[in-house]
Amino acid sequence: MDANAIWFFVFGTMAILASLGVIGQRNPMHSVMLLIVSFAALAGLYILLDAPFTAVTQIIIYAGAIMVLFLFVVMLLNAHTEDDMGAVLGPRGMQIGALLSVLLAGEVVWALKPLGLGYFNTDQGTVSSISSVPRIGMAIFTTHAFAFEVTSILILVSMVGAVVIARRQH
Amino acid sequence: MPAFINPTVVAHLALIFMVMNALVLSSAFMVWMERKVCAYIQDRVGPNRVGPEGLLQPFADVLKLLAKEELIPQSADKFLFVLAPILSCVAALTAFSVVPFGTELTLWGWLPEPVPLQVTDVNVAVLVVFAITSMGVYGIVLAGWSSNSKYSLLGGLRSAAQMISYELSYGLALASVVMLAGTLSLREIVMAQTGYWFYVIPKWYIFLQPLGFFIFLTAGVAETNRAPFDFPEAEQELVAGYHTEYSSMSFGLFFLAEYVNMVTVSAVCTSLFLGGWLGPFLPDWMAWIWFMVKTLAILFFYVWMRWTLPRYRYDQLMEFGWKWLLPAAILNLIATAALIIWLG
Repeated sequence: MDANAIWFFVFGTMAILASLGVIGQRNPMHSVMLLIVSFAALAGLYILLDAPFTAVTQIIIYAGAIMVLFLFVVMLLNAHTEDDMGAVLGPRGMQIGALLSVLLAGEVVWALKPLGLGYFNTDQGTVSSISSVPRIGMAIFTTHAFAFEVTSILILVSMVGAVVIARRQH
Repeated sequence: MPAFINPTVVAHLALIFMVMNALVLSSAFMVWMERKVCAYIQDRVGPNRVGPEGLLQPFADVLKLLAKEELIPQSADKFLFVLAPILSCVAALTAFSVVPFGTELTLWGWLPEPVPLQVTDVNVAVLVVFAITSMGVYGIVLAGWSSNSKYSLLGGLRSAAQMISYELSYGLALASVVMLAGTLSLREIVMAQTGYWFYVIPKWYIFLQPLGFFIFLTAGVAETNRAPFDFPEAEQELVAGYHTEYSSMSFGLFFLAEYVNMVTVSAVCTSLFLGGWLGPFLPDWMAWIWFMVKTLAILFFYVWMRWTLPRYRYDQLMEFGWKWLLPAAILNLIATAALIIWLG
């Protein structure tokens, strides 16, 4: 097993365990921290894929900016434990939830199976071409310009919505 | 001797060791400089008992801190309370790893291949600095929350709001320089500033990006929670802000992180705008002295500003960040882009 494979399993295990911890324990603050760990592990996986730019933006945007907002909200609410979901949903709700999650897991396996593991083993040439910053910029602002602009408008709409909701309370 | 122990590896390990220690030592020196400059500004003498001119005062302080009892409030979230200062310190010490501080050296032929004076050269170095700085917020926010005290919580909240607000301008000022240099590597950005205009004015980006430099410096002060933007620890309102409940060396770690962050911001500023280690008169292998001189000048400016300007009001800080600094940064970015296209 080469060093890359070992790191892959280290980061992969970290991401999975942290994600399980996010939903598994009841302290919302710890959940936020575990989610950050999970994002950091994902960034590690990106580095293994020779995509340092993606890894760093993952840290800046998800671990750095979005999670600070999460933390902010949890701190302001000052909730020390989450509500017991079992009491909220009831036994029937829990059963339906379990059924849905099994269905989702099955769907993911079904969707990914035809690709096989070899799908992720791209050669060095392709890898370095998708990780270079100028190429990413070119792709975003030429080939995918429309999708990029639509996403920006989507974010703008949600921002305006947030401002409207905040102002209504005055 | 195993194959992985060779001069190159040894040189890199030595570099890491030197940078770590230099950062910690420089933060001790900064504490001394801060107290000394503050004293002279206020017409006092400052520390002058421990060592020559009080130079050993920070070490005496650290010894004192180490000897103190470590207190953890009973209602605190113990795990996060202990984790917070460690996070702060790790983030502060890691960010410097991508900052170049000298040319490539072979140590007079001892090393088979030239080793750059830098812990690691990443091709997205500018973004790495940015990412690690943004992780530094967590230490402060977690400290504020886990202490379970209202002053700490307010300090932590303020810090988070302040850092998010100023990170945008900080990032945009970085982006203008990145556009000029056409690279995200700090070493290549410094190299792009080689040469002179009319044989006298060095081609530093401060002359091409005066507004960018101002924005970067201002946002840097806000990022490091220094006066006049030191709201997270505004003592008149918040006792000591996020580290109110901390004692002993965990308090010391926050202190260390704050000063190391200052050094890093100044070092990055030197690399981006002041031509890094480039300078006249000195031979290549001593170029790092220029880097230190420039960084020290910015650090002195920080200290000078802290003891000259009073603290803003919190709403003024937010207004300044969002209504003045951010639009100025965006305008600067657009103008830079337009000029680059226009002039080719």
